[in-house]
Amino acid sequence: MPEKNTLSLKERMTISRVQMPELEAGERSRNFEEVNCGLEPADAMLEATRCIECAKPGCVEQCPVGVNVKQVVALIYAGDHLGAAAKLREDNALPAITGRVCPQENQCEGGCVLGRKATPLAIGHLERFVADYERESGRLGLPQIAPPTGKSVAIVGSGPAGLSAAGDLVQKGHRVHVFEALHELGGVLVYGIPEFRLPKTIVREEIENLRRMGVGFETNVVVGKSVTIDELMKDEKYDAVFVATGAGLPRFLGIPGEHLNGVYSANEFLTRVNLMRAYRSLEYDEPVYDCHGRDVMVVGGGNTAMDAVRTARRLGARTATLVYRRSEKEMPARAEEVKHAREEGIEFRMLTDPVVFVGDERGWLEGARCMQMELGAPDASGRRSPVPIKGSEFILPVDVAIIGVGTTANPLIQSTTPDLATNSRNYIVADPQTLRTSKRGVFAGGDIVTGAATVILAMGAGRKAAASIHDFLTENRF
Amino acid sequence: MYRIVKAQPVGLNIKQFVIEAPRIARKQRPGQFVILRLREKGERIPLTIKAADPEAGTVTIVVQGVGKTTSLLNCLSAGDSVMDIVGPLGKPSEIEKFGTVLILAGSVGTAMALPTAKALKAADNHVIFIEGARSREMVVFEDEVRDASNEHYTMTDDGTYGEKGLVTAKLNELLAAGRKIDFVLAVGPVPMMRAVSQITCPLGIRTIVSLNSIMVDGTGMCGGCRVLLGDKSKFACVDGPEFDASLVNFEVLMQRNSMYRDKECESLRDFEEHKQEELKQLREELAAKEAELEDLRADIAELSSPVEAHHA
Repeated sequence: MPEKNTLSLKERMTISRVQMPELEAGERSRNFEEVNCGLEPADAMLEATRCIECAKPGCVEQCPVGVNVKQVVALIYAGDHLGAAAKLREDNALPAITGRVCPQENQCEGGCVLGRKATPLAIGHLERFVADYERESGRLGLPQIAPPTGKSVAIVGSGPAGLSAAGDLVQKGHRVHVFEALHELGGVLVYGIPEFRLPKTIVREEIENLRRMGVGFETNVVVGKSVTIDELMKDEKYDAVFVATGAGLPRFLGIPGEHLNGVYSANEFLTRVNLMRAYRSLEYDEPVYDCHGRDVMVVGGGNTAMDAVRTARRLGARTATLVYRRSEKEMPARAEEVKHAREEGIEFRMLTDPVVFVGDERGWLEGARCMQMELGAPDASGRRSPVPIKGSEFILPVDVAIIGVGTTANPLIQSTTPDLATNSRNYIVADPQTLRTSKRGVFAGGDIVTGAATVILAMGAGRKAAASIHDFLTENRF
Repeated sequence: MYRIVKAQPVGLNIKQFVIEAPRIARKQRPGQFVILRLREKGERIPLTIKAADPEAGTVTIVVQGVGKTTSLLNCLSAGDSVMDIVGPLGKPSEIEKFGTVLILAGSVGTAMALPTAKALKAADNHVIFIEGARSREMVVFEDEVRDASNEHYTMTDDGTYGEKGLVTAKLNELLAAGRKIDFVLAVGPVPMMRAVSQITCPLGIRTIVSLNSIMVDGTGMCGGCRVLLGDKSKFACVDGPEFDASLVNFEVLMQRNSMYRDKECESLRDFEEHKQEELKQLREELAAKEAELEDLRADIAELSSPVEAHHA
């Protein structure tokens, strides 16, 4: 057992929250290096002393995968960082990733009791610290693997939901094989989230850990095209299938001029830059429009839009402007990314919506005609919906426009698996508790069920599915 | 890693590859394509599947060296590998009994149209195949075209082989002779497909074109390949690549295909200057990858032997 924190509550409350060291904004906005630099052990241990070890930890409750934050923090406080990492890995297959990309303010840290009186415990920073510490130590605390059950599970999609389910299922002794359509594993972790927020070496390392635990991976397989779910179950003899294909279909605005050269979906722009490494255009072959000295506009208010606009800035854009139709308060992006973006010189144009893209005679984008909006009554999501102000139209001169207003379900699997029930928007219907679909032995979770959400919610779905698949495989209940 | 079983030049700058890809070979239907990536630093490019052998687990693709990636690919031979191939992608061609079917294919488009032509012939259509090429050395697969059709014509722009003229000249000639045509498929450069549809669409002949827009993933996740059909945007990789020509906005397709022209020309120039080096690097990289995979296979073999619980 870790040693008990001997400081009084009062003493702990007087310590201020640790600050994550970060690269200077002027310097980092010109490169793709990771912005946050990580904590030193002494800082992490000091931060750990702030935890008041509450009896009913709201942090655990509000973590979608239920990480035992209290115990992990106690181990850090005791200086047993490797022990803390092993504890963390029991509930979270990708701690170095979640510590970096979770919107902690709405999850664990939102549930931290310290936040009521002072600032919440920096749980995300601590999680990242132990995962990085473990990786750098080279001594990995992989969880114990149960004896083989003889059962096998096919996982479709190697994004956060698929990887987290794979981690849990392989621990239970099942044979797990992950199919991925792209040439690289990780889903949104590799094609979506940029290097400056989540270095790809870390994603690779976390996936390597799953491989060491026995998970099999196969890239370049588009389930629905290269092989169907039925073939996986009948011909390849998988006992269960977990569909975690995400919501990767980009939504466009549907306004005139969207076909002009220079208009990208955020998915395409980020895929070119992140997955295909177009930001290293001298070494890599995949091109991306040269943003150098250009005016770039990104439409949207979520993390994807934020990633795209900060990427454009790093590619040398003269102006990188985020255009959002509501106000900053409604923006779904992570608070830290908004702060970082602002420091990096991103311009924010709130309550603005493009209505037409205007091009030159060669079909290249020249500008976006936009409308000014005001907030009206709350909509179904509880947010006040934007209403255009009459006569407020103006032209924003832009060379590149990137649309980051959300994604929808990719219908590839559903269209070749007719007995897999979907809703009117093409998402797969799954029981919220068991994640069972309408097809026996097939489970689904993550964005393909809920629509675009966060990395950690997808991982939560992966865990839930794994538990439910385990029940199915051991008790044959469906 | 996907091994090249066979590689043979079939025309000027045009090479045919037979590549091991068992999953794709099992599922391929005429009209579908693959996305290929040569190497770690390579780009993803779409290529139509010319044929597949499910038994041998191979697919056949035909590559015309027009830019850096295709030129580098065309330097490879049997025994080499490519890093990634994914597919089959896109919707298969519509195969029905239409009656008299006219297929027009420009240069390497011939390879793409062949599987569909064969299927249409097998579906009891009377297939007329017009193959066009710039000149003699770019006329490819003439024998296969003959087998896949009931009538066939070869046209060259410079008249060095077959008849002199564009494929549309032959098309006009057939129409002038009063031939009844029920269905047209055009596969080739955009101006050629546009010229064909400008003739056949006003006559009310159902005309299908196979669009070659710029692609990245090929699975519908980016919309880079979007084409304008009337006022609707469609993704060529999942909704196509074949579309009703009467709806296609060819000007927008040409405009979008020119998006990276400067960078493409620069890459190609750079490649031509360092061709041997590039090829050597590619082979080294592929060999390293192969060694890495060997290690991985050994690891997996070890893992699948009776598992002992392993932890720190």
